Amino acid sequence: MSSLTSSTPTGGAFKWAIRDALAMTGRNLTVIRRVPQVLVFSLIQPVIFTLMFRYVFGGAIKIPGQNYVDYLMPGIFVQTLAFGAIQTAVGLAEDKGKGLLERLRSLPMARSAVLSGRVVADTVRNVFILSLLIAIAYVVGFRAHTNVPMVLAGVGVMVLFGFGLAWLFALVGLSVPNGEAAQAAAFPMLAPLVFASNLFVDPRTMPGWLQVWARNQPVSATANAVRACMLGGPTATKVLISIAWSLGISAVLAPIAISRYRKS
Amino acid sequence: MTTAITGEHLKKNFGDVLALAGVSFEVPTGTVLGLLGPNGAGKTTAVRILTTILKQDAGRATVAGYDVATHPQAVRQSIGLAGQYAAVDENLTGRENLVLVGRLNHLNKTDAGQRSTELLDQFKLSDASGRPARTYSGGMRRRLDLAAALITHPPVLLLDEPTTGLDPASRQDLWEVIETLVADGTSVLLTTQYLEEADRLANRIVVIDKGLVAAEGTSAELKATLGETTVALTLATSTDAEAALQSLATHGALRSVTDLKTISIPLRGGAKTIREVLNQLDAAGLEVGRFDIHEPTLDDVFLNLTGTK
Repeated sequence: MSSLTSSTPTGGAFKWAIRDALAMTGRNLTVIRRVPQVLVFSLIQPVIFTLMFRYVFGGAIKIPGQNYVDYLMPGIFVQTLAFGAIQTAVGLAEDKGKGLLERLRSLPMARSAVLSGRVVADTVRNVFILSLLIAIAYVVGFRAHTNVPMVLAGVGVMVLFGFGLAWLFALVGLSVPNGEAAQAAAFPMLAPLVFASNLFVDPRTMPGWLQVWARNQPVSATANAVRACMLGGPTATKVLISIAWSLGISAVLAPIAISRYRKS
Repeated sequence: MTTAITGEHLKKNFGDVLALAGVSFEVPTGTVLGLLGPNGAGKTTAVRILTTILKQDAGRATVAGYDVATHPQAVRQSIGLAGQYAAVDENLTGRENLVLVGRLNHLNKTDAGQRSTELLDQFKLSDASGRPARTYSGGMRRRLDLAAALITHPPVLLLDEPTTGLDPASRQDLWEVIETLVADGTSVLLTTQYLEEADRLANRIVVIDKGLVAAEGTSAELKATLGETTVALTLATSTDAEAALQSLATHGALRSVTDLKTISIPLRGGAKTIREVLNQLDAAGLEVGRFDIHEPTLDDVFLNLTGTK
């Protein structure tokens, strides 16, 4: 027998947690590359929504003082992030259903790495998808009214929001038995956030009770921040509110998800 | 360390379902213990406790000298687990699967790569090492799964139904691999529903049923509790069988109730008994058509103990 033995963490548990998370991130990104259909399908939906709202319904929707396409595209970006977060739940639930999590639990790896590796990989995927969507937005006539740093700040706000959502859906993924169940559980959670929002229309057209929700929920708050970054106007407060949501969701749900992974 | 694995009065409930009701077993270093039982007997629960995936409600378990409850990390560094679900990542290639498990076992890149090459070679997967595991046959997946369990040369191996669903040739292959590992000093706890598998691989067998140990011993000991080796003789007609039954009455011959031409005789004296029986039949002018020796199998033990098929 050779003398290979798994080394004990000498650089502290934190160093191993990072290294294990990176190993899992690499694995998850490889899987995304190996099954490109998932990525393609997650782009088809926003393209359909873009075409539908830009060219079919758009003429009937008036946003005072703005081109509808400029109002619409940040909404599409945020919607895509939100629906894309379902993949976090599906990926985890599939790993669980196939017995892969059992094996990982028997390894001397950091307990947090399965989830953090998943969330980091999904964040990388979000950056990629957002880049493509911004290019598509320009094709259909969207124009940012600010400068490149502000547009990048808008992307940053969205990526952070995607990070928060990933922890929410990591928790969903751990709570269901397989990928199909994750899909089924996630959609009803997202529908009120994505559709009862300011993503496609001005909440002023909604009944009063719905306006309260549609103006203040985190998806709308993030769209507000992105629009401010890309289209101009008062920005700081809107950005801070979105960041507060993203960090708040992560701070509450990440520990719950990790402890759930440890215990289950 | 003379004991690789111990379980003492292990108990585990899932809600109202009793998975383990107080099971004890021991795997001396360098030996194979077969944990035998029907579906739902608690075999997998025992493996999950020993691999630190699950915490027991009561009792104590040690693996490689470490208590699974108080030193889970040390246990994880000493074990390899290969499961009945062949937990490989379908979208990664064979090599990527092994390197990933190596890295998560905290091998450095070079070691993980070298060890993967070694294992792919040893498990006859070198040609398929660059293909995604989803293109592998069932047998190849199991081999890859077992290879992943061996990446750090663990002294203790836990195999949860390693050959369930495999064709006979792949099963033989895997058995040979396991035998080689044991010959090299690895201690193994093996769960199985296949009595043939336990018979071939295990030094000792613990039969569990409904969360309790139903029997324990070597394969030969378990068979011995069930009775004797018999010889079954089929004669030309039922009249001949009747005559044979009378002439062999002193040997305790019995006539089959399903086939009136067949009689069976316990082989208490081994070959001597056979010679006497055949001589007596010859003297009586009776022709023997078929001649079968029936050894009690572990299947008999299993059915007798658990009452399930």
